[in-house]
Amino acid sequence: MQYLPALLLLAALMAVWELAVALLDIRPYLLPAPSRIWSAFLRIGGTLPHHTWTTMAEATLGLALAAAVGVALAALIASVGLVRRVLYPLLVASQAVPMIVLAPLLVVWFGFGMAPKVIVVALVGFFPIVVNTVDGLLGADREMVGLVRSMGANRAQVLRHILGPSALPAFFAGLKIAAAYAVVGAIIGEWVGAGSGLGIFITRSQASFRIDQVFVAIVIVALASILLFALVQLAARLATPWMYVHERKDEG
Amino acid sequence: MSEPAIELRGLSHRFGEGEHAVSAVQDISLSVAAGSFVSVLGPSGCGKSTLLRVLAGLLVPTAGQALVRGRSAIATPGLVGYMPQRDLLLPWRRALANATLGAEIAGEPVEAERERARGLFQQFGLAGFEDVWPAQLSGGMRQRLALLRTFLIRSDVLLLDEPFGALDAITRRAMQAWLQDVWMRDRRTVLFVTHDVEEALFLSDTVYVLTERPGRLLTHVDAPFARPRLPSLVVEPAFVQCKALLLEALDRGAPGG
Ligand SMILES: Nc1ncnc2c1ncn2[C@@H]1O[C@H](COP(=O)(O)OP(=O)(O)OP(=O)(O)O)[C@@H](O)[C@H]1O
Ligand SMILES: [Mg+2]
Repeated sequence: MQYLPALLLLAALMAVWELAVALLDIRPYLLPAPSRIWSAFLRIGGTLPHHTWTTMAEATLGLALAAAVGVALAALIASVGLVRRVLYPLLVASQAVPMIVLAPLLVVWFGFGMAPKVIVVALVGFFPIVVNTVDGLLGADREMVGLVRSMGANRAQVLRHILGPSALPAFFAGLKIAAAYAVVGAIIGEWVGAGSGLGIFITRSQASFRIDQVFVAIVIVALASILLFALVQLAARLATPWMYVHERKDEG
Repeated sequence: MSEPAIELRGLSHRFGEGEHAVSAVQDISLSVAAGSFVSVLGPSGCGKSTLLRVLAGLLVPTAGQALVRGRSAIATPGLVGYMPQRDLLLPWRRALANATLGAEIAGEPVEAERERARGLFQQFGLAGFEDVWPAQLSGGMRQRLALLRTFLIRSDVLLLDEPFGALDAITRRAMQAWLQDVWMRDRRTVLFVTHDVEEALFLSDTVYVLTERPGRLLTHVDAPFARPRLPSLVVEPAFVQCKALLLEALDRGAPGG
Protein backbone atom coordinates (compact mmCIF):
# COMPACT_ATOMS: atom_id res chain seq x y z
CA MET A 1 0.00 0.00 0.00
CA GLN A 2 1.42 3.33 -1.09
CA TYR A 3 0.52 5.29 2.07
CA LEU A 4 1.97 2.73 4.48
CA PRO A 5 5.24 4.63 5.15
CA ALA A 6 3.28 7.82 5.91
CA LEU A 7 0.99 5.95 8.30
CA LEU A 8 3.94 4.29 10.05
CA LEU A 9 5.63 7.64 10.52
CA LEU A 10 2.40 9.06 11.91
CA ALA A 11 2.04 6.17 14.35
CA ALA A 12 5.63 6.64 15.53
CA LEU A 13 5.07 10.36 16.11
CA MET A 14 1.93 9.57 18.12
CA ALA A 15 3.83 7.16 20.29
CA VAL A 16 6.58 9.71 20.97
CA TRP A 17 3.94 12.34 21.75
CA GLU A 18 2.08 10.06 24.15
CA LEU A 19 5.29 9.10 25.94
CA ALA A 20 6.57 12.66 26.12
CA VAL A 21 3.37 13.94 27.68
CA ALA A 22 3.45 11.13 30.29
CA LEU A 23 7.17 11.33 31.09
CA LEU A 24 7.45 15.11 31.17
CA ASP A 25 4.16 15.41 32.99
CA ILE A 26 2.75 18.06 30.65
CA ARG A 27 -0.57 19.59 31.81
CA PRO A 28 -3.51 18.60 29.53
CA TYR A 29 -4.56 22.24 29.02
CA LEU A 30 -1.15 22.89 27.49
CA LEU A 31 -0.77 19.78 25.36
CA PRO A 32 -3.15 16.82 25.66
CA ALA A 33 -1.82 13.34 24.88
CA PRO A 34 -3.23 11.49 21.84
CA SER A 35 -5.15 9.14 24.14
CA ARG A 36 -6.84 12.11 25.77
CA ILE A 37 -7.71 13.61 22.38
CA TRP A 38 -9.21 10.26 21.41
CA SER A 39 -11.45 10.13 24.48
CA ALA A 40 -12.50 13.72 23.85
CA PHE A 41 -13.45 12.62 20.33
CA LEU A 42 -15.56 9.76 21.73
CA ARG A 43 -17.26 12.12 24.14
CA ILE A 44 -18.17 14.90 21.69
CA GLY A 45 -18.27 12.83 18.49
CA GLY A 46 -22.02 13.24 18.06
CA THR A 47 -21.88 16.99 17.50
CA LEU A 48 -19.01 16.87 15.02
CA PRO A 49 -20.76 15.79 11.77
CA HIS A 50 -22.94 18.88 11.91
CA HIS A 51 -19.98 21.25 12.31
CA THR A 52 -17.93 19.38 9.76
CA TRP A 53 -20.73 19.46 7.24
CA THR A 54 -21.09 23.24 7.57
CA THR A 55 -17.37 23.84 7.12
CA MET A 56 -17.09 21.46 4.16
CA ALA A 57 -20.05 23.10 2.45
CA GLU A 58 -18.42 26.53 2.88
CA ALA A 59 -15.08 25.23 1.62
CA THR A 60 -16.58 23.50 -1.42
CA LEU A 61 -18.78 26.43 -2.42
CA GLY A 62 -15.90 28.84 -1.89
CA LEU A 63 -13.65 26.67 -4.04
CA ALA A 64 -16.25 26.56 -6.81
CA LEU A 65 -16.59 30.34 -6.64
CA ALA A 66 -12.79 30.71 -6.72
CA ALA A 67 -12.61 28.46 -9.79
CA ALA A 68 -15.34 30.37 -11.65
CA VAL A 69 -13.94 33.82 -10.87
CA GLY A 70 -10.35 32.62 -11.34
CA VAL A 71 -10.96 31.20 -14.81
CA ALA A 72 -12.88 34.28 -15.94
CA LEU A 73 -10.13 36.61 -14.70
CA ALA A 74 -7.44 34.41 -16.24
CA ALA A 75 -9.17 34.46 -19.61
CA LEU A 76 -9.42 38.25 -19.44
CA ILE A 77 -5.81 38.70 -18.33
CA ALA A 78 -4.47 36.32 -20.95
CA SER A 79 -6.40 37.77 -23.85
CA VAL A 80 -6.24 41.52 -23.22
CA GLY A 81 -2.77 43.03 -22.82
CA LEU A 82 -4.08 46.16 -21.11
CA VAL A 83 -5.94 44.12 -18.49
CA ARG A 84 -2.77 42.13 -17.90
CA ARG A 85 -0.75 45.26 -17.19
CA VAL A 86 -3.41 46.89 -15.01
CA LEU A 87 -5.04 44.00 -13.20
CA TYR A 88 -2.17 41.60 -12.62
CA PRO A 89 -0.15 43.88 -10.29
CA LEU A 90 -3.33 44.70 -8.38
CA LEU A 91 -4.08 41.02 -7.91
CA VAL A 92 -0.60 40.42 -6.56
CA ALA A 93 -0.98 43.38 -4.19
CA SER A 94 -4.35 42.08 -3.03
CA GLN A 95 -2.59 39.02 -1.64
CA ALA A 96 -0.82 41.26 0.88
CA VAL A 97 -4.11 41.94 2.71
CA PRO A 98 -4.24 39.53 5.69
CA MET A 99 -7.37 37.42 5.72
CA ILE A 100 -7.58 37.81 9.53
CA VAL A 101 -8.17 41.52 8.96
CA LEU A 102 -10.58 41.05 6.10
CA ALA A 103 -12.77 38.34 7.65
CA PRO A 104 -14.43 40.56 10.32
CA LEU A 105 -15.15 43.20 7.68
CA LEU A 106 -16.83 40.60 5.48
CA VAL A 107 -19.06 39.64 8.41
CA VAL A 108 -19.99 43.30 8.82
CA TRP A 109 -20.83 43.51 5.12
CA PHE A 110 -22.48 40.14 4.52
CA GLY A 111 -23.83 39.09 7.94
CA PHE A 112 -23.28 35.96 9.99
CA GLY A 113 -24.61 33.53 7.39
CA MET A 114 -22.63 31.36 4.99
CA ALA A 115 -21.80 34.13 2.52
CA PRO A 116 -18.79 35.72 4.27
CA LYS A 117 -17.19 32.28 4.81
CA VAL A 118 -17.64 31.30 1.19
CA ILE A 119 -16.13 34.62 0.18
CA VAL A 120 -13.09 34.16 2.42
CA VAL A 121 -12.45 30.73 0.89
CA ALA A 122 -12.83 32.18 -2.61
CA LEU A 123 -10.49 35.09 -1.80
CA VAL A 124 -7.85 32.69 -0.53
CA GLY A 125 -8.29 30.32 -3.46
CA PHE A 126 -8.72 32.40 -6.58
CA PHE A 127 -5.16 33.73 -6.71
CA PRO A 128 -3.29 30.46 -7.37
CA ILE A 129 -6.02 29.54 -9.86
CA VAL A 130 -5.65 32.81 -11.78
CA VAL A 131 -1.85 32.72 -11.83
CA ASN A 132 -1.66 29.12 -12.99
CA THR A 133 -4.42 29.39 -15.56
CA VAL A 134 -2.90 32.55 -17.06
CA ASP A 135 0.41 30.71 -17.41
CA GLY A 136 -1.39 27.79 -19.01
CA LEU A 137 -3.22 29.99 -21.50
CA LEU A 138 -0.15 32.02 -22.43
CA GLY A 139 2.01 28.91 -22.60
CA ALA A 140 -0.08 27.26 -25.31
CA ASP A 141 2.01 26.11 -28.28
CA ARG A 142 1.90 28.95 -30.86
CA GLU A 143 2.47 26.51 -33.67
CA MET A 144 -0.53 24.45 -32.58
CA VAL A 145 -2.60 27.61 -32.72
CA GLY A 146 -1.18 28.15 -36.21
CA LEU A 147 -2.14 24.63 -37.24
CA VAL A 148 -5.83 25.00 -36.37
CA ARG A 149 -5.89 28.50 -37.81
CA SER A 150 -4.57 27.07 -41.09
CA MET A 151 -7.60 24.76 -40.96
CA GLY A 152 -9.80 27.84 -40.79
CA ALA A 153 -10.46 27.92 -37.04
CA ASN A 154 -12.01 31.09 -35.61
CA ARG A 155 -11.13 32.54 -32.19
CA ALA A 156 -13.70 30.46 -30.34
CA GLN A 157 -12.38 27.29 -31.98
CA VAL A 158 -8.78 28.17 -31.14
CA LEU A 159 -9.88 28.60 -27.52
CA ARG A 160 -11.82 25.36 -27.48
CA HIS A 161 -9.33 23.16 -29.30
CA ILE A 162 -5.95 24.57 -28.22
CA LEU A 163 -5.92 27.23 -25.49
CA GLY A 164 -8.50 25.60 -23.23
CA PRO A 165 -7.06 22.10 -23.21
CA SER A 166 -3.48 23.32 -22.84
CA ALA A 167 -4.47 25.47 -19.83
CA LEU A 168 -6.43 22.68 -18.15
CA PRO A 169 -3.51 20.97 -16.35
CA ALA A 170 -2.29 24.34 -15.05
CA PHE A 171 -5.79 25.23 -13.91
CA PHE A 172 -5.94 22.01 -11.89
CA ALA A 173 -2.51 22.71 -10.40
CA GLY A 174 -3.91 26.02 -9.14
CA LEU A 175 -7.13 24.38 -7.97
CA LYS A 176 -5.13 21.86 -5.92
CA ILE A 177 -3.33 24.65 -4.08
CA ALA A 178 -6.65 26.40 -3.51
CA ALA A 179 -8.20 23.15 -2.24
CA ALA A 180 -5.41 22.68 0.28
CA TYR A 181 -6.24 26.09 1.81
CA ALA A 182 -10.01 25.99 1.40
CA VAL A 183 -10.92 24.34 4.73
CA VAL A 184 -8.57 26.60 6.66
CA GLY A 185 -10.12 29.55 4.83
CA ALA A 186 -13.59 28.51 5.91
CA ILE A 187 -12.39 28.24 9.52
CA ILE A 188 -10.91 31.72 9.45
CA GLY A 189 -14.24 32.91 8.09
CA GLU A 190 -16.09 31.27 10.98
CA TRP A 191 -13.70 32.67 13.57
CA VAL A 192 -15.56 35.94 13.79
CA GLY A 193 -18.97 34.42 14.23
CA ALA A 194 -21.06 31.56 12.98
CA GLY A 195 -23.95 29.33 14.02
CA SER A 196 -22.03 26.13 13.35
CA GLY A 197 -18.80 24.95 11.82
CA LEU A 198 -15.44 23.64 12.94
CA GLY A 199 -14.08 27.17 13.29
CA ILE A 200 -16.70 28.24 15.77
CA PHE A 201 -16.32 24.88 17.52
CA ILE A 202 -12.60 25.62 17.97
CA THR A 203 -13.35 29.12 19.27
CA ARG A 204 -15.83 27.81 21.83
CA SER A 205 -13.54 24.99 22.95
CA GLN A 206 -10.69 27.43 23.46
CA ALA A 207 -12.94 29.74 25.47
CA SER A 208 -13.68 26.85 27.84
CA PHE A 209 -10.03 25.65 27.88
CA ARG A 210 -10.94 22.31 26.26
CA ILE A 211 -7.65 22.03 24.41
CA ASP A 212 -8.30 18.34 23.77
CA GLN A 213 -11.41 19.31 21.80
CA VAL A 214 -9.38 21.84 19.84
CA PHE A 215 -7.05 19.05 18.83
CA VAL A 216 -9.96 16.85 17.78
CA ALA A 217 -11.10 19.68 15.50
CA ILE A 218 -7.58 20.11 14.12
CA VAL A 219 -7.46 16.43 13.15
CA ILE A 220 -10.81 16.72 11.42
CA VAL A 221 -9.70 19.86 9.58
CA ALA A 222 -6.63 17.99 8.36
CA LEU A 223 -8.71 15.03 7.20
CA ALA A 224 -11.23 17.33 5.49
CA SER A 225 -8.41 19.12 3.67
CA ILE A 226 -6.97 15.83 2.49
CA LEU A 227 -10.39 14.72 1.29
CA LEU A 228 -10.97 17.92 -0.67
CA PHE A 229 -7.50 17.73 -2.18
CA ALA A 230 -8.06 14.11 -3.19
CA LEU A 231 -11.36 15.03 -4.85
CA VAL A 232 -9.65 17.73 -6.93
CA GLN A 233 -6.91 15.26 -7.82
CA LEU A 234 -9.58 12.81 -8.98
CA ALA A 235 -11.31 15.51 -11.03
CA ALA A 236 -7.97 16.37 -12.64
CA ARG A 237 -7.43 12.75 -13.63
CA LEU A 238 -10.87 12.55 -15.19
CA ALA A 239 -10.64 15.89 -16.99
CA THR A 240 -7.05 15.59 -18.25
CA PRO A 241 -6.52 11.87 -18.82
CA TRP A 242 -3.72 12.48 -21.34
CA MET A 243 -1.55 13.88 -18.55
CA TYR A 244 -1.50 10.49 -16.82
CA VAL A 245 -0.71 8.27 -19.80
CA HIS A 246 2.82 7.36 -18.81
CA GLU A 247 2.00 6.88 -15.17
CA ARG A 248 -0.61 4.29 -16.10
CA LYS A 249 1.84 2.52 -18.37
CA ASP A 250 4.42 2.25 -15.59
CA GLU A 251 1.92 0.70 -13.23
CA GLY A 252 0.79 -1.90 -15.79
CA MET B 1 -3.13 26.12 -69.15
CA SER B 2 -5.45 27.38 -66.41
CA GLU B 3 -4.27 29.60 -63.58
CA PRO B 4 -1.60 28.04 -61.36
CA ALA B 5 -2.72 26.50 -58.06
CA ILE B 6 0.11 28.20 -56.22
CA GLU B 7 2.02 31.28 -57.21
CA LEU B 8 4.74 33.23 -55.43
CA ARG B 9 5.81 36.60 -56.83
CA GLY B 10 8.93 38.31 -55.53
CA LEU B 11 8.40 36.88 -52.09
CA SER B 12 10.84 38.02 -49.40
CA HIS B 13 10.74 37.70 -45.68
CA ARG B 14 12.89 39.13 -42.92
CA PHE B 15 12.43 38.17 -39.27
CA GLY B 16 13.00 40.98 -36.77
CA GLU B 17 14.19 44.55 -37.21
CA GLY B 18 17.43 46.48 -37.46
CA GLU B 19 20.75 44.78 -36.85
CA HIS B 20 19.15 41.63 -35.45
CA ALA B 21 17.06 41.10 -38.57
CA VAL B 22 17.36 37.67 -40.18
CA SER B 23 16.58 37.51 -43.85
CA ALA B 24 14.96 34.11 -44.39
CA VAL B 25 13.95 34.15 -48.05
CA GLN B 26 14.64 36.64 -50.80
CA ASP B 27 12.75 37.41 -53.99
CA ILE B 28 11.24 34.00 -54.64
CA SER B 29 8.98 33.60 -57.65
CA LEU B 30 7.57 30.27 -58.63
CA SER B 31 4.35 28.76 -59.79
CA VAL B 32 2.81 25.35 -59.32
CA ALA B 33 0.31 24.13 -61.92
CA ALA B 34 -2.94 22.70 -60.63
CA GLY B 35 -2.66 18.96 -60.12
CA SER B 36 1.11 18.84 -60.12
CA PHE B 37 3.55 17.70 -57.49
CA VAL B 38 6.34 20.20 -56.87
CA SER B 39 9.17 20.02 -54.37
CA VAL B 40 11.26 22.70 -52.77
CA LEU B 41 14.75 21.51 -51.97
CA GLY B 42 17.31 23.39 -49.96
CA PRO B 43 19.73 23.25 -47.06
CA SER B 44 18.57 23.62 -43.49
CA GLY B 45 17.59 27.15 -42.52
CA CYS B 46 17.13 28.42 -46.08
CA GLY B 47 13.52 29.40 -45.53
CA LYS B 48 11.52 26.43 -46.82
CA SER B 49 9.19 26.31 -43.82
CA THR B 50 8.88 30.09 -44.00
CA LEU B 51 7.50 29.81 -47.55
CA LEU B 52 4.88 27.27 -46.49
CA ARG B 53 3.82 29.34 -43.49
CA VAL B 54 3.23 32.31 -45.78
CA LEU B 55 1.12 30.16 -48.10
CA ALA B 56 -0.81 28.76 -45.13
CA GLY B 57 -1.78 32.33 -44.23
CA LEU B 58 0.08 32.24 -40.92
CA LEU B 59 2.98 34.58 -41.69
CA VAL B 60 2.77 37.96 -43.39
CA PRO B 61 5.87 38.36 -45.61
CA THR B 62 7.82 41.60 -45.71
CA ALA B 63 7.47 41.79 -49.51
CA GLY B 64 5.89 40.02 -52.44
CA GLN B 65 2.73 38.13 -53.20
CA ALA B 66 1.50 34.63 -52.47
CA LEU B 67 -1.52 33.32 -54.35
CA VAL B 68 -3.49 30.13 -53.95
CA ARG B 69 -5.82 29.45 -56.88
CA GLY B 70 -5.71 33.11 -57.78
CA ARG B 71 -6.52 34.41 -54.29
CA SER B 72 -4.02 36.11 -52.07
CA ALA B 73 -3.10 33.70 -49.29
CA ILE B 74 -1.44 36.35 -47.18
CA ALA B 75 -3.10 36.47 -43.75
CA THR B 76 -5.82 34.23 -45.19
CA PRO B 77 -5.70 30.82 -43.50
CA GLY B 78 -7.99 28.02 -44.60
CA LEU B 79 -7.14 27.94 -48.32
CA VAL B 80 -4.77 24.96 -48.12
CA GLY B 81 -4.14 21.75 -46.24
CA TYR B 82 -0.96 22.42 -44.29
CA MET B 83 1.29 19.88 -42.61
CA PRO B 84 3.81 21.70 -40.39
CA GLN B 85 7.32 20.36 -39.89
CA ARG B 86 6.62 19.38 -36.27
CA ASP B 87 3.82 16.85 -36.08
CA LEU B 88 1.80 19.05 -33.69
CA LEU B 89 -0.61 16.32 -32.68
CA LEU B 90 -2.90 17.59 -29.97
CA PRO B 91 -1.93 15.68 -26.80
CA TRP B 92 -5.50 15.85 -25.47
CA ARG B 93 -7.01 14.02 -28.43
CA ARG B 94 -6.68 10.33 -29.12
CA ALA B 95 -5.19 9.33 -32.48
CA LEU B 96 -8.47 9.07 -34.39
CA ALA B 97 -9.78 12.34 -32.97
CA ASN B 98 -6.55 14.03 -34.05
CA ALA B 99 -7.09 12.76 -37.58
CA THR B 100 -10.58 14.24 -37.81
CA LEU B 101 -9.62 17.65 -36.38
CA GLY B 102 -9.84 19.40 -39.75
CA ALA B 103 -13.37 18.16 -40.41
CA GLU B 104 -14.47 19.17 -36.95
CA ILE B 105 -13.15 22.69 -37.39
CA ALA B 106 -14.77 22.94 -40.81
CA GLY B 107 -18.05 21.91 -39.17
CA GLU B 108 -18.42 18.74 -41.25
CA PRO B 109 -20.21 15.66 -39.88
CA VAL B 110 -17.62 13.95 -37.72
CA GLU B 111 -19.15 10.48 -37.87
CA ALA B 112 -18.61 10.07 -41.62
CA GLU B 113 -15.12 11.54 -41.28
CA ARG B 114 -14.25 8.98 -38.64
CA GLU B 115 -15.08 6.17 -41.05
CA ARG B 116 -12.91 7.76 -43.73
CA ALA B 117 -10.09 8.10 -41.20
CA ARG B 118 -10.36 4.47 -40.08
CA GLY B 119 -9.74 3.36 -43.67
CA LEU B 120 -6.61 5.48 -43.84
CA PHE B 121 -5.31 4.16 -40.49
CA GLN B 122 -5.12 0.79 -42.20
CA GLN B 123 -3.17 2.20 -45.15
CA PHE B 124 -0.81 4.18 -42.95
CA GLY B 125 0.09 1.16 -40.85
CA LEU B 126 -1.64 2.66 -37.86
CA ALA B 127 -4.48 0.14 -37.57
CA GLY B 128 -5.15 -0.73 -33.93
CA PHE B 129 -3.82 2.61 -32.70
CA GLU B 130 -7.03 4.60 -33.23
CA ASP B 131 -7.71 5.03 -29.52
CA VAL B 132 -4.26 5.67 -28.07
CA TRP B 133 -2.95 9.05 -26.95
CA PRO B 134 -0.30 10.72 -29.13
CA ALA B 135 2.18 10.33 -26.26
CA GLN B 136 1.93 6.57 -26.78
CA LEU B 137 3.01 6.72 -30.45
CA SER B 138 6.56 6.51 -31.77
CA GLY B 139 8.06 9.48 -33.61
CA GLY B 140 7.50 7.89 -37.01
CA MET B 141 3.93 6.94 -36.15
CA ARG B 142 3.23 10.48 -35.00
CA GLN B 143 4.47 11.82 -38.31
CA ARG B 144 2.34 9.37 -40.28
CA LEU B 145 -0.68 10.41 -38.25
CA ALA B 146 0.07 14.07 -38.96
CA LEU B 147 0.25 13.27 -42.69
CA LEU B 148 -3.00 11.33 -42.45
CA ARG B 149 -4.65 14.30 -40.76
CA THR B 150 -3.46 16.55 -43.60
CA PHE B 151 -4.82 14.24 -46.28
CA LEU B 152 -8.24 14.26 -44.66
CA ILE B 153 -8.43 18.03 -45.12
CA ARG B 154 -10.69 18.78 -48.06
CA SER B 155 -8.50 21.17 -49.99
CA ASP B 156 -7.11 20.78 -53.53
CA VAL B 157 -3.82 22.29 -52.43
CA LEU B 158 -1.58 20.57 -49.90
CA LEU B 159 1.60 21.94 -48.34
CA LEU B 160 3.78 19.23 -46.80
CA ASP B 161 6.79 20.27 -44.72
CA GLU B 162 9.24 17.37 -44.57
CA PRO B 163 6.52 14.81 -43.90
CA PHE B 164 8.99 11.94 -43.78
CA GLY B 165 11.74 13.65 -41.80
CA ALA B 166 11.30 11.45 -38.73
CA LEU B 167 11.05 8.13 -40.56
CA ASP B 168 13.69 5.45 -41.02
CA ALA B 169 14.82 4.72 -44.58
CA ILE B 170 12.61 1.64 -44.95
CA THR B 171 9.37 3.19 -43.76
CA ARG B 172 10.27 6.31 -45.65
CA ARG B 173 10.44 4.50 -48.96
CA ALA B 174 7.15 2.74 -48.29
CA MET B 175 5.51 6.04 -47.42
CA GLN B 176 6.88 7.65 -50.58
CA ALA B 177 5.33 4.89 -52.68
CA TRP B 178 2.10 5.29 -50.75
CA LEU B 179 2.13 9.06 -51.24
CA GLN B 180 2.57 8.61 -54.99
CA ASP B 181 -0.39 6.20 -55.08
CA VAL B 182 -2.73 8.46 -53.17
CA TRP B 183 -1.63 11.50 -55.07
CA MET B 184 -2.24 9.80 -58.43
CA ARG B 185 -5.76 8.89 -57.35
CA ASP B 186 -7.09 12.43 -56.95
CA ARG B 187 -4.17 14.56 -58.20
CA ARG B 188 -4.37 17.31 -55.66
CA THR B 189 -1.71 19.98 -55.99
CA VAL B 190 1.18 19.30 -53.63
CA LEU B 191 3.99 21.61 -52.61
CA PHE B 192 6.48 19.38 -50.86
CA VAL B 193 9.45 20.49 -48.77
CA THR B 194 12.40 18.21 -48.22
CA HIS B 195 16.17 18.18 -48.09
CA ASP B 196 16.38 14.69 -49.51
CA VAL B 197 17.36 14.96 -53.19
CA GLU B 198 16.24 11.46 -54.15
CA GLU B 199 12.89 11.82 -52.43
CA ALA B 200 12.22 15.12 -54.20
CA LEU B 201 13.01 13.68 -57.63
CA PHE B 202 11.13 10.44 -57.07
CA LEU B 203 7.89 12.18 -56.16
CA SER B 204 7.87 15.42 -58.14
CA ASP B 205 7.09 16.83 -61.53
CA THR B 206 9.42 19.72 -60.79
CA VAL B 207 12.03 20.35 -58.11
CA TYR B 208 12.94 23.90 -57.13
CA VAL B 209 16.33 24.43 -55.49
CA LEU B 210 17.00 27.18 -52.96
CA THR B 211 20.35 28.60 -51.91
CA GLU B 212 21.66 28.79 -48.37
CA ARG B 213 20.02 31.43 -46.17
CA PRO B 214 18.68 33.80 -47.25
CA GLY B 215 16.99 31.39 -49.62
CA ARG B 216 16.95 32.52 -53.22
CA LEU B 217 15.72 30.50 -56.15
CA LEU B 218 18.71 28.86 -57.77
CA THR B 219 17.21 26.68 -60.45
CA HIS B 220 14.54 24.13 -61.10
CA VAL B 221 14.82 20.65 -62.53
CA ASP B 222 12.00 18.73 -64.19
CA ALA B 223 11.51 15.07 -63.46
CA PRO B 224 9.71 13.83 -66.55
CA PHE B 225 9.49 10.18 -65.49
CA ALA B 226 6.34 8.19 -66.22
CA ARG B 227 4.11 7.27 -63.31
CA PRO B 228 3.65 5.10 -61.39
CA ARG B 229 7.33 5.26 -60.58
CA LEU B 230 8.93 2.13 -59.22
CA PRO B 231 11.59 2.03 -56.52
CA SER B 232 14.07 0.84 -59.16
CA LEU B 233 13.74 4.21 -60.90
CA VAL B 234 16.37 5.68 -58.61
CA VAL B 235 19.15 3.65 -60.28
CA GLU B 236 18.17 4.40 -63.86
CA PRO B 237 20.62 6.61 -65.78
CA ALA B 238 18.08 9.37 -66.54
CA PHE B 239 17.21 9.64 -62.85
CA VAL B 240 20.84 9.58 -61.77
CA GLN B 241 21.57 12.35 -64.25
CA CYS B 242 18.80 14.54 -62.80
CA LYS B 243 20.08 13.82 -59.34
CA ALA B 244 23.57 14.92 -60.36
CA LEU B 245 22.11 18.18 -61.69
CA LEU B 246 20.39 18.84 -58.38
CA LEU B 247 23.41 18.00 -56.27
CA GLU B 248 25.55 20.27 -58.37
CA ALA B 249 22.99 23.07 -57.99
CA LEU B 250 22.97 22.60 -54.21
CA ASP B 251 26.76 22.86 -54.19
CA ARG B 252 26.56 26.10 -56.12
CA GLY B 253 24.08 27.45 -53.57
CA ALA B 254 26.38 26.74 -50.66
CA PRO B 255 28.64 29.56 -49.43
CA GLY B 256 31.86 29.71 -51.39
CA GLY B 257 30.27 27.49 -54.05
N1 LIG C 1 9.88 33.01 -35.81
C1 LIG C 1 11.12 33.27 -36.23
N2 LIG C 1 11.80 34.32 -35.69
C2 LIG C 1 13.05 34.61 -36.11
N3 LIG C 1 13.72 33.91 -37.03
C3 LIG C 1 13.10 32.87 -37.60
C4 LIG C 1 11.77 32.49 -37.22
N4 LIG C 1 11.42 31.41 -37.94
C5 LIG C 1 12.47 31.12 -38.73
N5 LIG C 1 13.48 31.99 -38.54
C6 LIG C 1 14.77 32.01 -39.25
O1 LIG C 1 14.51 31.99 -40.63
C7 LIG C 1 15.38 31.12 -41.30
C8 LIG C 1 14.59 30.14 -42.14
O2 LIG C 1 13.84 29.30 -41.29
P1 LIG C 1 12.98 28.09 -41.86
O3 LIG C 1 12.35 27.42 -40.70
O4 LIG C 1 12.07 28.61 -42.92
O5 LIG C 1 14.09 27.18 -42.51
P2 LIG C 1 13.94 25.76 -43.23
O6 LIG C 1 14.45 25.91 -44.60
O7 LIG C 1 12.58 25.24 -43.08
O8 LIG C 1 14.98 24.87 -42.41
P3 LIG C 1 14.91 23.31 -42.01
O9 LIG C 1 15.24 22.52 -43.22
O10 LIG C 1 15.96 23.16 -40.98
O11 LIG C 1 13.55 23.06 -41.50
C9 LIG C 1 16.22 30.46 -40.23
O12 LIG C 1 17.50 31.04 -40.25
C10 LIG C 1 15.55 30.77 -38.93
O13 LIG C 1 16.49 31.04 -37.93
MG1 LIG D 1 11.77 23.76 -42.07
